[in-house]
Amino acid sequence: MNVHTIAEIALSALLVNNIVLGRFLGLCPLFSVSKRLSGAIWFGIAATIVMTLSSMVLWLVSRHILVPLSARYLEIAVFVPLIAALVLASGHALERFAGDTFRRIGVYFPLLAVNCAVIGAGLIGIGPSPHAGGGFSFVESAINGFLSGLGFLLVSVLMAGMQERLELTAVPRAMRGAPIALMCAGLMALAFDGFTLFSAAAR
Amino acid sequence: MIFTTLLVLGITALVGGVVLSLSSHRLQAQMNPLVHRIERELPGVNCGECGHPLCGVFARLVADGREKPGGCIPGGHATSVRITSIMGNAPQATEALMAVVHCKGGHAEARVRSRYAGIPDCHAAMLSGSGSLICQEACLGLGSCVRVCPYGAIAVTGNGIAAVNPALCTGCGRCVAACPRSLIELIPRLHKIFLGCNNRDHGAHVSEYCAVGCTTCGICVEASRASAAISIDDNIPRLDYTKHENFITAAHKCPQKCFVDLVRARPKVNIDTKCDGCTACVPVCPVEAISGEKNHRHIVNKEKCIGCGICLGVCHVHAIALWGGLGYRAEGLSLKRR
Repeated sequence: MNVHTIAEIALSALLVNNIVLGRFLGLCPLFSVSKRLSGAIWFGIAATIVMTLSSMVLWLVSRHILVPLSARYLEIAVFVPLIAALVLASGHALERFAGDTFRRIGVYFPLLAVNCAVIGAGLIGIGPSPHAGGGFSFVESAINGFLSGLGFLLVSVLMAGMQERLELTAVPRAMRGAPIALMCAGLMALAFDGFTLFSAAAR
Repeated sequence: MIFTTLLVLGITALVGGVVLSLSSHRLQAQMNPLVHRIERELPGVNCGECGHPLCGVFARLVADGREKPGGCIPGGHATSVRITSIMGNAPQATEALMAVVHCKGGHAEARVRSRYAGIPDCHAAMLSGSGSLICQEACLGLGSCVRVCPYGAIAVTGNGIAAVNPALCTGCGRCVAACPRSLIELIPRLHKIFLGCNNRDHGAHVSEYCAVGCTTCGICVEASRASAAISIDDNIPRLDYTKHENFITAAHKCPQKCFVDLVRARPKVNIDTKCDGCTACVPVCPVEAISGEKNHRHIVNKEKCIGCGICLGVCHVHAIALWGGLGYRAEGLSLKRR
């Protein structure tokens, strides 16, 4: 593990293979919470916390329980209830120790308990690494989860800015609401596709 | 393989269950027990009328004493009473409110100084040159309030100003916050009269650019002198709806016709044969509609009568009643002033 690897993982998770625009995970919360900038920011923060925690737990469970038992085929069946329990428990902990913060982001925890972006970030963290040495290490997996969450935060903030502007724009009647939001997300995904040059340059 | 599967899944379920039960018992212990009881009384539709995203948030704030029990709009009075009884307080009556727009100067009444052709939104118009009318307190007529109303109770009329339909309005107050000129106010639903102007400018100036603008002449204050329900504050009359006053006289006497009366036709007073001609009602009539000689039955001039009901309070034989107008007889309607 060196600085170069970490930078590459960070860049990949944040921009090149952005969890929303590169891998197309977590699209439903993206459109529902990005109506307002404040909601997008707080949901992004909640998602970052949850993704980091679940990436770490999933890596430990996979590497130290499932791989020794040669039971990797059970990954999804084990991870879904684990993440749900983890998210709800961390929600309770947050409520107990940081009530003011919980009042802002607590609403989103049930949304994150069964979310494809959260389990997706965890599965990427235990999957084959694009770098030398096979899989991610524990720290690399945690960094991948954290930056996937930040990537979600980035996209939902950009999306909120667009949706707020869209409200003041004369959109054709048939395109109002979800259709135009989906088209904007698609155009943004095209723009994010340009970051692929980073990974090409790194090679 | 089956054994491994069962073992792993069983342990996962066990760990998940233990973690959740521990966290909910150990970490969540500080919850106020009233919250759950209050939440059960709420409709649970998470409509956001109270200003909070979930019914649970509202319940928690009520239990903490930071939100009023009557804040639940769809629950209405019945829910308010049940919540107050849970809180251990005496039930409070909640007064139904409705929104009104304090402006009636549309295309026909107010003078235009320029034409605004930007984004059709009141806030945008305020940022770029304050709209098209000379009056800086007028309704911009671009419908910011229309878009926030979840009930479709507000519309911009053909005259270019927003108007609230009282039948659809629930008094949720979203439009109040949406108006960049603060022209919308919630008033008690039982009152049908409000001032349709919010201009604090000097009277002589107002009359130059709006045919229905308030010139602060003070006639309405004089007309409601007995109840002192109208007072001039910051160059505009303020109507105090907590006072015993129906504002009919003030609305009628306003020379600029600034007041808006939601009732199309007021009933007229009728004096029946029980009248003994004591003349007590003659001087109290604000429009001199009652005439008659001492000891003879008095007569009401139906052309002049505005249906304010002041005379009902002074008649000692209860010979006076309000007739017609609304389509029903409101005999003995209690509108006593003293």
